[in-house]
Amino acid sequence: MTEQQALYKYCTQLGDNALIQSYRLAEWCSRAPILEEDLALTNMALDMTGRAQLLLQYAGQLAGKGQTEDDLAYRRSEPEYSNSLIMELPDDDFAFTMVRQLLTSTFEYFLYSALTSSTDKTVAAIAAKAVKEAKYHMAHTTDWVIRLGDGTDESSRRTQQALNKLWPYTEELFETDDAHKMLLAAGIAADVNKIKASWSEHINATRTAAKITMPSDDYQHSGGTRGIHTEYLGHILSEMQYLQRAYPDAKW
Amino acid sequence: MELKEDINIQNVAMSIFDRKMEMDEPIEPKDHMPDGYRKHLIRQMSQHAHSEVIGMQPEGNWITRAPSLRAKQILLAKIQDECGHGLYLYSATETLGISRAEMIAQLHSGKAKYSNIFNYPALNWADVGAIGWLVDGAAIVNQVSLQRTSYGPYSRAMVRICKEESFHQRQGYEIMTKMMRGTKEQREMAQDAMNRWWWPSLMMFGPHDSDSPHTGDAFKWKIKRQSNDELRAKFIDKTVQQAEVIGLTVPDKELRWNEEKKHYDHGPINWAEFYKVIAGFGPCNNQRMEHHKKIHAEGAWVREAAEAHRAKHQRQ
Repeated sequence: MTEQQALYKYCTQLGDNALIQSYRLAEWCSRAPILEEDLALTNMALDMTGRAQLLLQYAGQLAGKGQTEDDLAYRRSEPEYSNSLIMELPDDDFAFTMVRQLLTSTFEYFLYSALTSSTDKTVAAIAAKAVKEAKYHMAHTTDWVIRLGDGTDESSRRTQQALNKLWPYTEELFETDDAHKMLLAAGIAADVNKIKASWSEHINATRTAAKITMPSDDYQHSGGTRGIHTEYLGHILSEMQYLQRAYPDAKW
Repeated sequence: MELKEDINIQNVAMSIFDRKMEMDEPIEPKDHMPDGYRKHLIRQMSQHAHSEVIGMQPEGNWITRAPSLRAKQILLAKIQDECGHGLYLYSATETLGISRAEMIAQLHSGKAKYSNIFNYPALNWADVGAIGWLVDGAAIVNQVSLQRTSYGPYSRAMVRICKEESFHQRQGYEIMTKMMRGTKEQREMAQDAMNRWWWPSLMMFGPHDSDSPHTGDAFKWKIKRQSNDELRAKFIDKTVQQAEVIGLTVPDKELRWNEEKKHYDHGPINWAEFYKVIAGFGPCNNQRMEHHKKIHAEGAWVREAAEAHRAKHQRQ
């Protein structure tokens, strides 16, 4: 694997995470519990779509086969997607969405903070934009998780249930592979081991303020980064890619 | 004595309202206003707010299927604007002494309406274009006119909203243009969308002036400045030319330029359909209302939690 191939893999993975999150967030459009939150959720979806666009565009350039960001988003099949599984889980309710977003946005905040000093200029520039967005996403979801955890009995039960369901998908965020290791040595990728400590600290502090308990930690799912996904991803892609696949010659 | 003074205060307040009307000065929330004026505005402004919110549904139907990352971003941003307009208009209406919760209850009970146009389905991707170009295009004509409406908060809301609506219309037209320059299937989708949205868009301006029940008061109070037919003609004139430029056919065989009037003449509007949809029998009336009610009910626990959390921490 050349460094360029490793970087393609890395950017695709980050791009896929943004893209699949944006899909799930955008599903909330016209469905949020209050209008203010409809705005906030679509705002996050917009940030994620923009981030996916930049990362997949760069990945397309690195691959050197003339692929655009849309080719990568709309013409790849499930095994070619490398997002973490947590991104593709369907939203049970508003608590699930907020807890998931807290877990992923906190991770992304520390990740992109570190990537702002990447030796790859494009990655550093994308990170500089992403870190501002992630900071807001983290603050917004932290507030909501505390509000819901420490709200009514029902909201507390739902928040706890969400964390229990999501927790077994968190470890995958910190997985590394050969591409990561190569890029880390070159100062391009971020060191997820360092990120883990900051992430755990923020999640624990929020969980404590929200008065919810830590789920048991005995089993963790894995596979997304290697292209082995949940059944949900196929449904996401069949909906998202419908027009591009049904009318392959059309330009939109 | 007291009664007499009250009557005097009433009279002075009324004369301030009348003088402001005469001088074309905006009426502000704290000004005295006739009950009928307040009721008319609550009806019209809350309907406007509900329309923005219900209008998110047909476009929202295509978000997960938007065919490119750029198209998805534009559509998301647009729907977000509509949501913001809804919020802004609810707030402006609240200045008249009604809460958002009351307005939503009126929407659910059927007392308050929303624009009929959103009772039509968005069936293919070109519908997203047609909604932006035709529906928002028609709304702009109406809203530009409302920028000069007599109630200050409403007029200011319109100034702000019009800026964003013109972006919506341009993005809608851009989608239609792309589709018309695309494959045969894309051109068919665009024409199909045009055929289905043209007439309902014309109906958005309401009944002909001779049949419009609210026109009298609305004009007297300067809430409305131009008649339904005047506004409709404005919309047709600008839109027909835009359709021709990209090769879309307007689905009206009687449409032709009237040199004398300097406007297009158009064929008869199917008012039976208009009243049928108002009465609740459009293709999506039930779907739109059920969706809104369901989402509102499902979100109740979140609103209660936020309120409970606030109350707990206020006490501390």
